[in-house]
Amino acid sequence: MGEKILMKGNEALAEGAVLAGCRFFSGYPITPQNEVPEYMSWRLPEAGGTFVQAESEVSAINMIYGAAATGIRTMTSSSSPGISLKQEGISYCAGADLPIFFANVVRGGPGLGNIAASQGDYYQSVKGGGHGDYHTIVLAPNSVDEMGNFPKKCYELAEKYRMPAMILADGILGQMMEPVEFKFTPVDPSTLKKPDWSLGNAAGRKKRIVRSYDLREGELEKMNWARAKKFQEIEDREVQFEEKNIQDARLVLVAYGTSSRIAAAAMKMARDKGLKVGLFRPITLWPFPKKQLAKLAQRVENFLVVEMSQGQFVDDVRLAVNGTAQVDLYARPAGIPSGEEVFAVVEKLYRSIKPTLTAKKAEKTKPAQKAKTPKKARPTKKPKPVKKAKAINKKTVKIKTAKKSTKKGGRR
Amino acid sequence: MELVNKKPSSLVDIKMHYCPGCGHGIVHRLIAEVMDELGIRERTVGVAPVGCAVFSDDYFNCDMIQGPHGRGPAIATGIKRSQPGCIVFSYQGDGDLASIGMAETVHSAARSENITIIFINNAIYGMTGGQMAPTTLVGQTATTCPKGRDPKVNGYPIKVCELLSQLEGARYLERTAVSSAQGVIKTKKAIKKAFQNQVEGKGFSLVEILSMCPTNWGMTSLQGAKFVDEKMMPLYPLGVFRSTEQEGGQK
Repeated sequence: MGEKILMKGNEALAEGAVLAGCRFFSGYPITPQNEVPEYMSWRLPEAGGTFVQAESEVSAINMIYGAAATGIRTMTSSSSPGISLKQEGISYCAGADLPIFFANVVRGGPGLGNIAASQGDYYQSVKGGGHGDYHTIVLAPNSVDEMGNFPKKCYELAEKYRMPAMILADGILGQMMEPVEFKFTPVDPSTLKKPDWSLGNAAGRKKRIVRSYDLREGELEKMNWARAKKFQEIEDREVQFEEKNIQDARLVLVAYGTSSRIAAAAMKMARDKGLKVGLFRPITLWPFPKKQLAKLAQRVENFLVVEMSQGQFVDDVRLAVNGTAQVDLYARPAGIPSGEEVFAVVEKLYRSIKPTLTAKKAEKTKPAQKAKTPKKARPTKKPKPVKKAKAINKKTVKIKTAKKSTKKGGRR
Repeated sequence: MELVNKKPSSLVDIKMHYCPGCGHGIVHRLIAEVMDELGIRERTVGVAPVGCAVFSDDYFNCDMIQGPHGRGPAIATGIKRSQPGCIVFSYQGDGDLASIGMAETVHSAARSENITIIFINNAIYGMTGGQMAPTTLVGQTATTCPKGRDPKVNGYPIKVCELLSQLEGARYLERTAVSSAQGVIKTKKAIKKAFQNQVEGKGFSLVEILSMCPTNWGMTSLQGAKFVDEKMMPLYPLGVFRSTEQEGGQK
């Protein structure tokens, strides 16, 4: 389209889905995502599609299950408690290998929680959510522009692998206004190929069944192994992430969605002060960029995870880093941190980075880097930070930061 | 020799798993005959429930989808609204439709979704082994009310047709029984009307069919049929509860 429009995140999400070919939406109102069904209620009929306000989230996801089984692009959206209700249906779609797309505009939880932005649904999103052995592709936008452009990616991934794909956003992304540019040509659904499993219009072919069960001895296990293979393929091929200032970074902030923007602000403050701080932002939360993080951990001393949950996301970072670097956490399970707050943590942590670790890393990375890059800069540059860190480390022996951050952010 | 009767082509020619004396097989055949007679097999999508009829996705010779317990009407809504040219039916039992899926049932009727629901009422949970259903009779024993359903403890049975008849969107509601040959003929007529209504775009149609579950009732097949006639029918009277010639709410 090439045109920039000022939109609310939720509206961008809805419009992005319509432009990507969505022709069926069912949902149930819940704050902070109400603009999505509201927008769809007039926009979809205009585009020749159907909007149904369901009597519950449970019903909404099952309408999606039915509509998606006919091979069309569908969408549902909700916020945390509503997504919990939809999980059974999502599991059925996973079990029936249906490509569905849904969005979770996360609010505070557990329970009714509050309507402010949160990232507390991380576990639920990336570790399955519903019952059974399955994964959901999870994309985490961090701008209104991405809210508008990710639905198409979700449809393509969901259809390529025949599985549910979701957008994990939050109340801030849903409610704020920013320019969005839809960077793709609108999809005309009639040009999409009807999948060979879709239901309806059986003229001239055998009947088809969409189901999520296989009661025959050993068959379900076989199916689940086939899915495991597919999941592995996705982990190998479909990882998306963004890196900023990581080439020379000694401390890398790791964050997704809204908190990645807060982290970016903190990174900028750090850079302005001459601290070598970078940012790693997973765009796909499942598949998680574990290989990329593991590689980064080979030469970075310290990671600081910033999340608006009490240490859910940090688990995956720690698994990826696997002990090769220190991973700290700044968590705000029912709050939104400011760039300054994060920067304060970054600064203290940065100055306490263990020199021994730095030296080890330098040693480790030396041979590999030597072979590749000319000697020039390396030898003079490397020892410096080691000394600096040593000196500062003595001054700030208390390492208040780590404690303070855990106080604020929970135990992990 | 002239062939006077044959298996409907809307039914797959395989052995069904239902118990002797169960009504599911009869109703399956009736639905299949109706599909044949209306010539809608190729554009019909059926929703199989959880429970005894879960394998009906294998039995009907049309596109089928199997859904979570109680969600048939929602799934049917999704199919019908996205493919208005399809004929969509949901096949459900009493636990499915009147307990866990009551909201979906009521609201799809309220929206007058142009779908057909075949509701098998055998007053008990069959597949899970004979627990109390919302339609279990007062005094009737079940594994979760071993001394018989006591309204003080378990509440009263739900009369689905009577309940739904309050809703404007419910266009056609009829209760029949498959405990006798005459009942089977009447049931087929009702099923046909429920499908015909959908073909004509008249909106929500539901046929409640009183059916036997001799296994979980602890009876012989004949005793089962008798139980329907003598115990169920007084509580669940047969007949048409609603039939309007109005156009349905949905396209």
